[in-house]
Amino acid sequence: MKFVDEFRAPELITKAGEEIRRLADANRHYRIMEVCGGHTHAIYRFGLKDLLPSNVELIHGPGCPVCVLPMGRIDDGLSLAAQPNFIFAAFGDMMRVPGTHGSPLEYKARGMDVRIVYSPADALKLARSNPGKHVMFFAIGFETTAPSTALTLVRAKAEGLLNFSVFCNHVTIIPAIRAILDSPDMRLDGFVGPGHVSTVIGCRPYDWIAKDEGKPVVVSGFEPLDILQSIVMLLRQLRKGEAKVENQYKRVVPWEGNRAALRAMAEVFELRPYFEWRGLGFISQSALKIRASYAEWDSEQRFAVPGVRVTDPKAAQCGEVLKGVLKPAQCKLFGRECTPEQPVGALMVSSEGSCAAYYNYEHRKPVTIASAAAI
Amino acid sequence: MCLAIPGKIVEMDSQNAHLAVVDVVGVRRKVDLGLLQDELPVPGDWVLIHVGFAMSKISEADAVDQMQTLRMLGEAEAAMQEVRGYGLENHEQSEPAQRRKQ
Amino acid sequence: MATPVSKIRFREPQIEMAHGAGGKASRRLVEGLFAPLLYGSCHGPLGDAAHIQINGTRIAMTTDSFVVKPLRFPGGSIGELAINGTVNDLAVSGARAEAIVVTFVLEAGLPTDVLEAEVRAMGQAAEKAGVVIAGGDTKVVEHGKADGMYVTTTGIGRLLSGVEISPQSVRPGDKVLLSGPIGDHGITILLARGDLDLEAELRSDTRSVFPLVQALVHEAGADVRWMRDPTRGGVATSLNELARDCGHGIVLFEEKIPVRDSVRGACELLGLDPLHIANEGQFLAVVSSEDAESALQALRATPGGEEAKMIGEVREQPASAVLVTTLYGGSRLVDMLVGDPLPRIC
Repeated sequence: MKFVDEFRAPELITKAGEEIRRLADANRHYRIMEVCGGHTHAIYRFGLKDLLPSNVELIHGPGCPVCVLPMGRIDDGLSLAAQPNFIFAAFGDMMRVPGTHGSPLEYKARGMDVRIVYSPADALKLARSNPGKHVMFFAIGFETTAPSTALTLVRAKAEGLLNFSVFCNHVTIIPAIRAILDSPDMRLDGFVGPGHVSTVIGCRPYDWIAKDEGKPVVVSGFEPLDILQSIVMLLRQLRKGEAKVENQYKRVVPWEGNRAALRAMAEVFELRPYFEWRGLGFISQSALKIRASYAEWDSEQRFAVPGVRVTDPKAAQCGEVLKGVLKPAQCKLFGRECTPEQPVGALMVSSEGSCAAYYNYEHRKPVTIASAAAI
Repeated sequence: MCLAIPGKIVEMDSQNAHLAVVDVVGVRRKVDLGLLQDELPVPGDWVLIHVGFAMSKISEADAVDQMQTLRMLGEAEAAMQEVRGYGLENHEQSEPAQRRKQ
Repeated sequence: MATPVSKIRFREPQIEMAHGAGGKASRRLVEGLFAPLLYGSCHGPLGDAAHIQINGTRIAMTTDSFVVKPLRFPGGSIGELAINGTVNDLAVSGARAEAIVVTFVLEAGLPTDVLEAEVRAMGQAAEKAGVVIAGGDTKVVEHGKADGMYVTTTGIGRLLSGVEISPQSVRPGDKVLLSGPIGDHGITILLARGDLDLEAELRSDTRSVFPLVQALVHEAGADVRWMRDPTRGGVATSLNELARDCGHGIVLFEEKIPVRDSVRGACELLGLDPLHIANEGQFLAVVSSEDAESALQALRATPGGEEAKMIGEVREQPASAVLVTTLYGGSRLVDMLVGDPLPRIC
């Protein structure tokens, strides 16, 4: 696979790992946060932690849009779609996320018309081919995904397709990073920046992290060599006492971002005054809602939303794990009451949530493993 | 939020100017190019695909550049070690290669 | 060898789709509800087929249901799956399928030519596999049930001589063989359903693996410790079941696992792991290390086995788990599937 396989070349990965071990100052302990859930997933999938020295620690950040979605919003979405002749359409990621009375797949088992879509455009297609039904697209995601929802709404409006609406749960990444840095128990040395969000917002939005907080940010791709190279670049800055924003993912991320994508978002969305993030609490100006000019395509403006608020059990320490203060295994519920099959808290519900990723890929790994020997 | 894959545009849709067929090692899907309308890609271009939309054009030049940097990782330091071995920083006489300092 | 009846009790209030997906939830249902009530106190670990002694002759018996949608897809149809699936379950338990009986549950309103096409496909598959269709039963249910048709096949077969398969005989040092590329069937079905709007030149790999099993057993005999056909839940689920049953670890070498480009592309696009995708024409075998190389060559020399690979080995650690390692030294655990693999965007 072009633009994929080259960035998985084993010899180069080994070399990058060696460079990291060479650069890491033995007298320092580095705490680097990778913001995006996609990076969390990649790190586990490719076993990249096995290549890092013990004094370079990767902390998983809050960039998992499924994990930070409050259960009440899932309840709201499902109760809206429980009307007759409704189709509930969402990405596969949402299908097993439990609401108070079950997950979308469980609702499907009980007779609701629930469809998995790969794209918001496919949800629109469902509306076109089912004129007698209303298709509600349950939208999630950060700025990577929001432009696609926006463009889909633009197309729906242009077509005058009224049996389609979006239940919008898009959130923005900068307020989440700010919440992490504002947390008093936080100590981070630098950030591996979210590469795909940055294809939309560019690299400028991270300037304040370097200038005001003094932490380096390297916007990173998702292949093993991308992530390792980003860590090399961060360590180089830290050795020199520098703090700037760098773009490791140059082949894809434009420094100024994607103007057409930002225009589409501005046309369709505006910022909510505040929004609740599961595990982090209410954060102002951190989420998108659909403008009045698109009211007919906004599930919340068209239908009555119950506005359910569900609090997580106090024992679930998702907030601390989200902020990187606790490791997944340090939460009292981890692996016992809370597992990927029966998730209690936010970080178990999605396969890229820190707790689920750790549980699935890592926590039973023995400490010493003979390195891969050719047969 | 983050699963995006490189794919090659193989043909434009004849009926919809904003759609194109993209190929990912033999798997094909119609992808919406609306987010790249400011500089519309053409067949042969590589784009990054996320939820059925093209997010960005992929620069082959930057990819090649990056591979070159990765191949040279550690070589800059090795070169520096050689130079230090010659003792040039201390204005000493250069030493023959066999007695290079560690 | 008898194992104690499982202490797992099935506590879930209703049956969900996950219980049929072949992974953890299915196992809970079988071990926690069916086994305690049906299997009595004297049974071994649950395998693909049952081995029964009748007057000194060892017979293998198995049954399977096929509820695939759509009924027809590139490379096959429900009829072929129904025959090959049962032939394969018998084959990987070390038996040659001799006779199959078929049950149809048909939806009222099913066009006759659809039924005829499937029956024809079954006849052809049975002939190709050298198995006799000995009889069957038909029921018709109301329109709206049965997705067109559900097919169940039950097969009996005779155990090949020299075969002694059991998870308990698996030991550290044994090698894991795979007959060919994985993921073809599951991805073909996913694409054929049409919801994801993806196209690829992919076909289901449905076929009888008996000729390959026969070649393997002929070469390695009692040194074949264990076999399984990785259907629903994929290679990861089958190997996790083995790891749990034998208590050892299974280490796979990622670069050795054969996957076709288009399966890989679809999996990358959808965020799926080929190790979790269903196969209908492949099988896994664990062979003692002394015999592994010649066993692999025997497979490769048999028509249909040219792409067989040695993909891993049994080790003491990680106990009861499956680990995938890479050439550069990174590794990850891979677990059984919980429900059906779902595409993701994150």
